[in-house]
Amino acid sequence: MNKLISSVSPHFSGKRTTQNIMLDVIIALLPAAVASVLIFGWRSLLVIAVCVASCVASEFLFEKLCKRQNTAMDLSAVVTGLLLAFNLPVSIPIWQAVFGSVVAIIVVKQLFGGIGQNFANPAITARIIMLTAFSGTMTSWVIPKSVDNVDVVSSATPLAAAAKGETLPSYLSLFLGTHGGCLGETCVVALLLGGIYLLARRVISWHTPVAFIATVALMSLICGKDVLFQLMSGGLVLGAFFMATDYATTPSTKWGKIIFGIGCGLITILIRFWGNLPEGVSFSILLMNILTPYISKLTRNKPLTGGAKK
Amino acid sequence: MKLHGIKVPHKKNTAGCKPVRMDVPETVTIPVSMHIGKPAKVTVKRGDTVKVGQRIAEADGFVSSDIHASVSGTVHKIDEMTASNGAKIPCIVIKSDGKQELFEEIKPPQVNDFDGFVAAVRASGAVGLGGAGFPTFIKLGVKDLSKVEAVVINAAECEPYITSDTRTMIDKCEYVFKGIEAIKKYMKVKRFIIGIENNKREAITKMKELAEKTEGVEIKVLPSIYPQGGEKVLVYNTVKRIIPKGSLPLDVGVIVINVTTLAFIAEYLETGIPLVEKCITVDGSSIKEPKNMIAPIGTTIKDLTEAAGGFKSDPAKVLYGGPMMGIAVPSLDEPVLKNTNAIIAMDEKEAAPPKTTPCISCGACLNHCPLRLDPREIARAYQLDSGEELEKLCVDLCMECGCCSFVCPANRPLVQTNKLAKIKLRQYLTAKKSENEKEGK
Repeated sequence: MNKLISSVSPHFSGKRTTQNIMLDVIIALLPAAVASVLIFGWRSLLVIAVCVASCVASEFLFEKLCKRQNTAMDLSAVVTGLLLAFNLPVSIPIWQAVFGSVVAIIVVKQLFGGIGQNFANPAITARIIMLTAFSGTMTSWVIPKSVDNVDVVSSATPLAAAAKGETLPSYLSLFLGTHGGCLGETCVVALLLGGIYLLARRVISWHTPVAFIATVALMSLICGKDVLFQLMSGGLVLGAFFMATDYATTPSTKWGKIIFGIGCGLITILIRFWGNLPEGVSFSILLMNILTPYISKLTRNKPLTGGAKK
Repeated sequence: MKLHGIKVPHKKNTAGCKPVRMDVPETVTIPVSMHIGKPAKVTVKRGDTVKVGQRIAEADGFVSSDIHASVSGTVHKIDEMTASNGAKIPCIVIKSDGKQELFEEIKPPQVNDFDGFVAAVRASGAVGLGGAGFPTFIKLGVKDLSKVEAVVINAAECEPYITSDTRTMIDKCEYVFKGIEAIKKYMKVKRFIIGIENNKREAITKMKELAEKTEGVEIKVLPSIYPQGGEKVLVYNTVKRIIPKGSLPLDVGVIVINVTTLAFIAEYLETGIPLVEKCITVDGSSIKEPKNMIAPIGTTIKDLTEAAGGFKSDPAKVLYGGPMMGIAVPSLDEPVLKNTNAIIAMDEKEAAPPKTTPCISCGACLNHCPLRLDPREIARAYQLDSGEELEKLCVDLCMECGCCSFVCPANRPLVQTNKLAKIKLRQYLTAKKSENEKEGK
């Protein structure tokens, strides 16, 4: 008879794996991906495909090169690719999308130790780098479905329009996402569907998105702005559900998540109302990413010592 | 406040299986250490004739327990075996004569008062049958009886597969209540709480029927959230008290006793037959016919599983106890111990170790730990070799229930790291203590 396996308990493990968590996130992002194609046309699919492919390839090649455990199959790079694409204008030149993906995976994720070790959200950081490097193409928004035309008609994002005092899209248009903006951030209804799916699957908890969105709503109200408009424009819903809930770069405890969400909300409002940029979601998440270790330390679970002296 | 926990598969396939007494095996191997504390001292020698219930090793020191022959026959040899903790301990191998003759001196104990009760429990060889194996007479031998406000009876049986406590409650429920009466009489305790997970309907119905007729007994139906049977978790969920770190349940006024241990004590008071056999759940993906078996202590796993109907496929991993906290045995020649409540044999598929991937910092471990520890930080502090940090993180509080490892999507060996971290912390504290003493001089 064969030798018996000897190992430390437990001898059962749960069904959750990194891969099936990532798969859930991908499923949650699908409605918004479909919406982006409907709103902005087929080029949106091309941008998504390019970002996903170059993220996975960067992950695979870098880990091969460094002889690290290969995590290309855990789907986390696919999620990064999707999120980065969602944060780009549909008209982005392909080479720039590839560049952003390589930066996200290699510079922001792998150089800091790979999955679980990076301190900043790869997609957001890459987007900010691209915003600085390619400020022209990164802020050239197009009117939905017009990209295939010879004459590309540019259009401001709702927040930029608001900053300049131009006419704003209707609430319905904001909810459905039929206005200018990054390709995955506009369709609020699709993003909410995905967010609800993640909550139902317990991939994320409600604390961060609720704290984030509630803070933005409350501050908009206090500042006398149009609350619904502030909630449905820019990258708020995408950021609150999909990027401020990234495991590695945000706190793990309940209170940590709430503080993180409130911080993101405050910084977003600060940038939107008083900053030079029309949108602040990406920066707010990046800044809060940097504070995460401190928040985590402050909000650590208290072991149930029953008041015993240490 | 609610304590965290996890949902584990129940797999209580054998809950409806009335225990079957197995035929006496040819030989039994009885180790002298089946309890927490000092191994017992062997009192027989090779060639001696022994009968069922005869003492073959006596308690050595205060924390120890008597050990009795589980079969009648002759002592074949005094051997040495490796216990599951790696220590070499003597064991007594008895060749059975198949007659199962009861030792002549066995008679119901004379109990008149508290001291007599504790002495009887001591003579019965009882240890914590839920798995811990702590000598029961020490637990019940409370110096100041006024401290005991309640007795919590642990009938949670939260581990997957195991149903031996369930069977105690169904088949021997009158003994559970006789045990309660004995504690009432000799220890003057008035309040009893029996904690049972809600997945044991038949047991709950039976116990509730009897509880209604007994004063001071309440049945607390617990949610099936593992680990309800963990001592700290059970005490909190029954009397809402947190046992401080490094303290015993008695420090918060309760005694926790396993339901099968209690029933056994009551049975002993009636018959005088010490702990020589156990009801054991034999289950797992490798077992042909899962069932509950009554086996003499010292029966090898091989004999037990054969008597239960054998394997349907080669077992890849065999456990003492359940899959969450059970101990993987090195071979099928290992004997059934006093505190063995199940033998789980897993086939290759069930035993296949999950692939470990990098930590993704999801926080599942720290959000499911019943004692609110942070296994991720503990692992980090362990890697950094920081005893100071481990002390702050209270790793010594860890009861190794396995929730963290179970929920980890990266399948990190968190319980294993916690175990190692506990050792490191102990070394650090010892070093710190001796340094402080030096400075003090």
